Amino acid sequence: MSLLSNTLTLLGKELRTEFRSRELLTTTVVFILVVLILFSFAISPTTEESREFGPGLLWLAILFAASLMLQPCFLREQTNDTLSSLRLAVSDPFSIFLAKLIANTLFLLLTEILMLPLFAVFYNIPVLPQLHYLLLVLFLGSLGISTAGTALSAISAQARMRELLLPLLLLPLLTPILVVSATVSVSLLDREPVVQWKGIGFLAIFDMVFLTALWLFGEYLLEE
Amino acid sequence: MTSPTPTGLRFDNIDKRYGGLYALRRVSLEISPGECAILAGRNGSGKTTLLRIAARIVRPTAGTLSFPGATADAAHSRPGYVAHTTMVYDELSAEENLVLFAKLQGVPQPAARAEELLREVGLYDRRASLVRTFSRGMRQRIAIARALVHRPSVLLFDEPATGLDPLGISWLAKSLGDVHRSGCTVVMSLHGESEISALATRAVQLDAGSIVADTASGASLHSILTFRGA
Repeated sequence: MSLLSNTLTLLGKELRTEFRSRELLTTTVVFILVVLILFSFAISPTTEESREFGPGLLWLAILFAASLMLQPCFLREQTNDTLSSLRLAVSDPFSIFLAKLIANTLFLLLTEILMLPLFAVFYNIPVLPQLHYLLLVLFLGSLGISTAGTALSAISAQARMRELLLPLLLLPLLTPILVVSATVSVSLLDREPVVQWKGIGFLAIFDMVFLTALWLFGEYLLEE
Repeated sequence: MTSPTPTGLRFDNIDKRYGGLYALRRVSLEISPGECAILAGRNGSGKTTLLRIAARIVRPTAGTLSFPGATADAAHSRPGYVAHTTMVYDELSAEENLVLFAKLQGVPQPAARAEELLREVGLYDRRASLVRTFSRGMRQRIAIARALVHRPSVLLFDEPATGLDPLGISWLAKSLGDVHRSGCTVVMSLHGESEISALATRAVQLDAGSIVADTASGASLHSILTFRGA
């Protein structure tokens, strides 16, 4: 019960501080937008390759943007040592992780939903017919990125060269998510769409494994 | 402020090592319920580490920490801790910060408790202002309010007077006195004698991570506090 109420309280704090400053959302939206526009110049949006490569480029942009978004997740708790006050206040440290990863997932999803119409226009790919499946893949992929990323952000925030460490750890770890999400998205956005349930199942299992690991070992990541 | 259960503090053979460096070495210390103890010592003597272990922010490498008299699951049995930094969010208002920490610690009627504390620390008129707009003294006040929000029975202060002007130090000494008189056990690290050190009933001197002096008598207490480098 206290885990749930503490998570909701902390989630409220995360959302309030972000919507007040809009730092992360602005950075991520601008970054994905720039990457999508640059890639759209590189490939012709009228050709069939656009359907083949577009989703992969979209996921690559999401992954890079996520590494930007996740960097300050624990770093900004160091400014006034607020992580210590949170650890003093909550009975279960998992609530700190849970609130942060839910907030990161929501921010990432919001960015993706804002970017989806632009992606459809730039790459000439209709997304509406398979939107519900696409949103499911975006949700599972974003949850996986946020779960692993939040854990790694806690680790890298305490290290030297922290700005370099997070992408170095994050990108290889998230390669399976990137490959599977891109493959499932390509099938969904094909002229003859196919729902790859195996891939969707893999994403769900990846998320569950990382969530469980975070629940079991998260407390140790917060120690000084 | 009410303290439902008088709670003490006991360190048994505490070691804290960072790599090969000992920050604390076999520290054993018992602070009785209701005591106001001062930790003195040079920079790097281990005062902050000992306080952070007492606050359960840092885990000791060896040894045990206990709170004699504490109720296992009561929120007030968690110590209140005021560090060098404010430990509150700059981008939230004073009121939002206090309500946040009150809710996290299961304080009944968090908004009412926040209002009560804001009046006590003299920040009620600035309750809606973001903490980042506060002066050093105001930040120290909000830091103290945060530490008191769950009515702790043990309060830990790490150099509470740092950066405060004489008026701020007087206010702090009065507030600490009120908290101590309400039955709260107070442990603080301090440099030299001041209005705040006048509250002390005991002084413990640390050097290179070990306790080198521990006294409750007036003259010895004075000598520890005025020790050069303390």
